Amino acid sequence: MIEVEGIHKSFGAVHAVRGVSFAAEDGRITGLLGPNGAGKSTTLRVLCTLLKPDRGAARIDGADVVADSLAARRKIGSLPHGSGLYPRLTARENIAYYARLCGLERRAIAGRVEEIINTLDIGDFADRRAKGFSHGERTKTALGRALIHDPQNLILDEPTTGLDVMATRGLRELIVKLKAQGRCVLFSSHVMQEVAALCDDICIIAHGKVAIHDSADGIRQRTGRDDLEDAFVAAVAMVEEA
Amino acid sequence: MRPVLTVFAKEVIDNLRDRRSLLTALFGMPIAMPIFFVVLISFQIERNIDSAEELIELPVIGAEHAPNLLRYLESRNIDIVAGPADGAAAAEAVQAGDEDVVLLIPADFGEELAGMIPATVELYLDQANTSGNADIGRVRDALFGYNQALAGIRLSARGVNPALLRPLNIDHIDVSTPSGRAAILLGMLSYFFLFALLMGGMYLAIDATAGERERGSLEPLLSLPLARAHLIIGKIAATCVFMAIALALCLLSFFAALPFLPLEQLGMTPNFSLAVVLAAFALLLPFTLVSASMMTLAASFTKSYKEAQTWLGVLLLVPTMPILIVSILTVQPRFEFMFIPALSQHLILVDIVSNEPVSALHIAISATSTLTLGAILTWLCVRLYHREALLG
Repeated sequence: MIEVEGIHKSFGAVHAVRGVSFAAEDGRITGLLGPNGAGKSTTLRVLCTLLKPDRGAARIDGADVVADSLAARRKIGSLPHGSGLYPRLTARENIAYYARLCGLERRAIAGRVEEIINTLDIGDFADRRAKGFSHGERTKTALGRALIHDPQNLILDEPTTGLDVMATRGLRELIVKLKAQGRCVLFSSHVMQEVAALCDDICIIAHGKVAIHDSADGIRQRTGRDDLEDAFVAAVAMVEEA
Repeated sequence: MRPVLTVFAKEVIDNLRDRRSLLTALFGMPIAMPIFFVVLISFQIERNIDSAEELIELPVIGAEHAPNLLRYLESRNIDIVAGPADGAAAAEAVQAGDEDVVLLIPADFGEELAGMIPATVELYLDQANTSGNADIGRVRDALFGYNQALAGIRLSARGVNPALLRPLNIDHIDVSTPSGRAAILLGMLSYFFLFALLMGGMYLAIDATAGERERGSLEPLLSLPLARAHLIIGKIAATCVFMAIALALCLLSFFAALPFLPLEQLGMTPNFSLAVVLAAFALLLPFTLVSASMMTLAASFTKSYKEAQTWLGVLLLVPTMPILIVSILTVQPRFEFMFIPALSQHLILVDIVSNEPVSALHIAISATSTLTLGAILTWLCVRLYHREALLG
């Protein structure tokens, strides 16, 4: 469960996030949708405790990201934009490194890494160095790394960008599987179709504010548009007018 | 403690796999240093022999006008050869650098000499030509010597004591001892050792900070449930170990190369036994913390791997600056200097190598002040890693 309450964040003169509030429930996939520069990444970085909000608060399963950031990080797995693997380590070593850093029991690490490798079906390239990985292989490995400490909440920053059709499908199936396990999945994207296909709830952000937060059907109804893309444009326009 | 060890182990393994950087970092200096020393020492030996009475050649124009003068010059180990056609040609040859110095004896030289008029000889030389300075000095000295000898003969012939012309008797007494001379050259040693140490950790320091950010692996790393202080300390520790390995390799390489260096020809008897190698390693070891934290700090500020490389290249020189300054000024070890990292290690090492007594207090102050600075820099790194701007 991820709760965001009126967070603001400025970088110098740029007011990137201006009072974003939403909640992402357990067992649901919440899509954070918005044009480039809308404040999605900044919001996700606040949730990962990388940035401190200027105002407002955010909680991960009740743990405040500022006051209790270590506890918040324990409950979060994050797949950053771009996978951020170590090219000279193998997929297995990349995952095992995070397992050790997260403080997993020494004896349990090898087993847990193997389990992740099986779940994500990355055994084929698990013992190759990440340097030569395809985009899809990198993303899957990074997802495995994010899941190593079995976090209740998962934050994915534009995970499908640059993936081919098959890899995107595979990743979607995985995300659905994670949801079925009762996890809270928060997922950012600027691609309407993808969010529509996958998410239970959609939170549209534009100009640092939440334009609308509802289910796909709810958004269609409230904007009066059948096509989600039109609805998206209408929602963004609503913020611009306000 | 466990996260620190985890980060440490990962950085060490990761960087051991970076073969090319590893070779440059760890083996560049140990191979380059003995070679450099051989060249430096050979050059030094050549210069020493130069200043001794080596036969030099002197082109002379109008040699027939002053046979006695030329005989005198030959007695001073100056070989007379035929010079260019005339003064203009001589000036040209010297200007072009074909000759270092040319002596012109005018036709009326003998006449003037007989008439007790100061007889003119012309010496063509180029003051800007530093490589010819030794030869020019030799010829000048020889001409001056002939001048003195002739004056002495003239005075004697008139019953005057030639000593009247020498109110001053200037004696040069060279007090430099063989070990003192060695110290100047061996002062370069600590410079090399520190340089090797810095080089050894540079790539890792960059890779673990600017490289981590550039790869995009810093963000997920900082999102993990562990204290940032542990991360940074693990990285600095790994850098320290690489620096220590580079230092050890460089010390051993010099130890191995030393018997082949012609130091005795320069009258040097450096004390560089295995015990000194170990002492030097222990002495310089605290400096790894200063170097590692300094490089980590600097590389964390930069925006990219490239930029980090540029800045750290400059930073390589910073710890060696005090050594260079002191080497040029040839300052004696003093108590206050022991508080300056790099400089204190340098001064103590020079004392050890040139067999001088070393004060235990100096060693203690050097180690303490160096480790203190290292701790402060590490603390600054930890502070820096809590700043949001770090993500770039």
